[in-house]
Amino acid sequence: MKRMRTIAAVFMAILQEIFDEAAYQRFLDRRKLARSRETYAAFRREYEILTAPRPRCC
Amino acid sequence: MDYAAAGIRANAVCPGMVYTPMTSWRLDQPELRAEVEERIPAGRVAAPDEIADAVALLASGQSSTITGTLAIGVVAVHRGEPINALWLVVAATCCYALGYRFYSSFIAAKILVVDGLRATPAERLDNGRDFVPTNKWVVFGHHFAAIAGPGPLVGPVLAAQFGYLPGTLWILAGAVFGGCVQDFVILLFSVRRDGKSLTEMAREEGGKLGGIVAYAAIISIIVILLAVCALVVVNALKNSPWGTFTIAMTIPIALLMGMYLRRIRPGKVLEVSALGFVLVLLAILGGQWVSQHASLGKWFTLGAPALAIFIIIYGFTASAVPVWLLLAPRDYLSTFVKLGTIAMLALGIIGLRPTLHMPPLTRFIDGSGPVFAGKVFPFAFITIACGAVSGFHSLISSGTTPKLIRRETEARMVGYGAMMAESMVAIMAMIAACVLQPGTYFAINSPSGIVGAAPEAAATTISNWGFPITAGEMHSLAQAVGEQTLYNRTGGAPAFAVGMAHIFANSLGGQAVMALWYHFAIMFEALFILTVLDAGTRVGRFMIQDALGHVWKPIGRTSWYPSVLATSALIVAAWGYFLWQGVKDPLGGINSLWPLFGIANQLLATVALCVATTIIIKMHKARYASVTLLPLVWLVSVTFTASLHKMFDANPRIGFLSHARQLAATGGNARLIFNDRLDAFVTGILIVMVAMILLESMLEWIRILSGRKEAKVKESPFVPTRFATEEQG
Repeated sequence: MKRMRTIAAVFMAILQEIFDEAAYQRFLDRRKLARSRETYAAFRREYEILTAPRPRCC
Repeated sequence: MDYAAAGIRANAVCPGMVYTPMTSWRLDQPELRAEVEERIPAGRVAAPDEIADAVALLASGQSSTITGTLAIGVVAVHRGEPINALWLVVAATCCYALGYRFYSSFIAAKILVVDGLRATPAERLDNGRDFVPTNKWVVFGHHFAAIAGPGPLVGPVLAAQFGYLPGTLWILAGAVFGGCVQDFVILLFSVRRDGKSLTEMAREEGGKLGGIVAYAAIISIIVILLAVCALVVVNALKNSPWGTFTIAMTIPIALLMGMYLRRIRPGKVLEVSALGFVLVLLAILGGQWVSQHASLGKWFTLGAPALAIFIIIYGFTASAVPVWLLLAPRDYLSTFVKLGTIAMLALGIIGLRPTLHMPPLTRFIDGSGPVFAGKVFPFAFITIACGAVSGFHSLISSGTTPKLIRRETEARMVGYGAMMAESMVAIMAMIAACVLQPGTYFAINSPSGIVGAAPEAAATTISNWGFPITAGEMHSLAQAVGEQTLYNRTGGAPAFAVGMAHIFANSLGGQAVMALWYHFAIMFEALFILTVLDAGTRVGRFMIQDALGHVWKPIGRTSWYPSVLATSALIVAAWGYFLWQGVKDPLGGINSLWPLFGIANQLLATVALCVATTIIIKMHKARYASVTLLPLVWLVSVTFTASLHKMFDANPRIGFLSHARQLAATGGNARLIFNDRLDAFVTGILIVMVAMILLESMLEWIRILSGRKEAKVKESPFVPTRFATEEQG
């Protein structure tokens, strides 16, 4: 059961990383902010500068 | 052999047709059993005990000096035996397991000397933003999601015209000895250089030329890739009101998702992606209603030129509007659908175990194929790039991923392992294409310029090739999937969708829901491809802005709107031109554009492998340089041969210039003649770049090996990792 819970936790962590939820959480932690429209908008601005020039794979 | 001295032996037994619970479904039927046994030289299937004896011998002390044996217990070696798709899955899994266990660990231990005590940039430069030490499974998943594009789905479907064998062998050998190696070594070299990109490493370790060629290769790939992706979507959606409506609906769905993320539930991406997925499923259901509606159906029934114009306008708009509004939510939705569908396809193949109807080899290995012209060598090897070796992966391996790797030892699983997973996706695409009856496959994938525009004429031509099909069967299939016709749908996507719908429908829902599954598959591919298209257009825009910014600074400002519009227009015009050319090409466009894309992609792989070989030589590991040198030699020979064929082959279906001459002689359209010459010119430029980077690298290797240049790698200094002590403690 513990093993299943670990697998589920890792699976969720993978999804959160792929879908940038983990990146948003790190952004909040780093700046000690709470979730809000404003902080998400600020995160997107920072994140887009970081990821926009990155080529997408074929 | 390395382990024989330690008493460890490696032997393999490869049985043929054996009576087991897996094969009993067929062998228990006397007619099918007789058919199978007729093809077996021994005249009978084997019993498990017969194979067990061979295994027992190899495992026993009686064979204590036998190692490296491949005991082929094949009783069924005669061609023509129907093959279950599961065999390909099992064979692929075994190849990957062996490659990962032995080859990748050999590379890690002997060449790269992966050091678990050395801190990675994720640890040393941890800033919680781009440098973040991350769990290896999370990095694996993230890396796989980043490298999995439409290439491994489309390439194998196109290459299936040679039969299932050439493509499958290339996917397996190419991945284990080429693609996985490239991804792994570039990832580790980037980790040791603070996560530097391929172009930066090429400049530092090779010379300026390497960096410039890498840059030019990326721009070329982006332009050609976007054109060919758009063409695949156009061919999948032309005259398909159902498909067009579903894909059109993904735009308002993405806008809604963008607003939801921004205004209602900020940051809840998984939640909004699941919501978007439900809306897309509703759009698929709505598409059926629209396609049957008297007036709405007409609105969404568009020909190829109209669709091409819409896609060009979409690409320009997506490149210019804020990312959060359209591009980012579409990307999330596409990733959500992509990962889910790939997992479903894997389960479907394992659950259904479909039989491959495509023969191992077809007559088209001689170069006369209708899907694209050219012999199996070199064209199979540039048609399948992403599932075997993809230069584009080297950009991801030297992009985000090296900044997330927590320990050097984890690079093997992420770099080598994720490429194995990508290669398995290509195997599944090959299976989806080969479960179709060959006649159906060729009817869908052949352009009207080859088989004729009329259904009866096309069916007769294809049947005369030895792949029987009737116009009635094609009509029934089109009706079953909710389309007016399935003829001349070149590009691979519709054939893949029919194969996928066949697997899904037989696993869940039966023939009654075949149309829904087909449109689900088309939606999956088109959504996936359009996401590459809008993100690629934006990346191309950034690269052009970056380059032109050196000439005139304001152009380089990514927030200056005139520059944004001008450079967006430039990149869209570039791929839009090739798209238009493909749409107007009587041979279907794929025949010209996909090989160009393959050549450009393999050019980037050449750059990556040249950089890797240079670094390996600088590390005083020249005796192991063959690990990257052999795939490099293979890719160079493939790229050179394919390029020369595409430019100068006397067959007008293959050679651009001979096609131009043929058109000129028959008073053909001046634009088509110009397009052929342009394609030949672009191919020529690509091949010159391959030659330049190769020459520069070879000169560098000679200088280092002859002692004229100091062999000095530009790695970050060693810093011990704290994770090792934490794990021990």
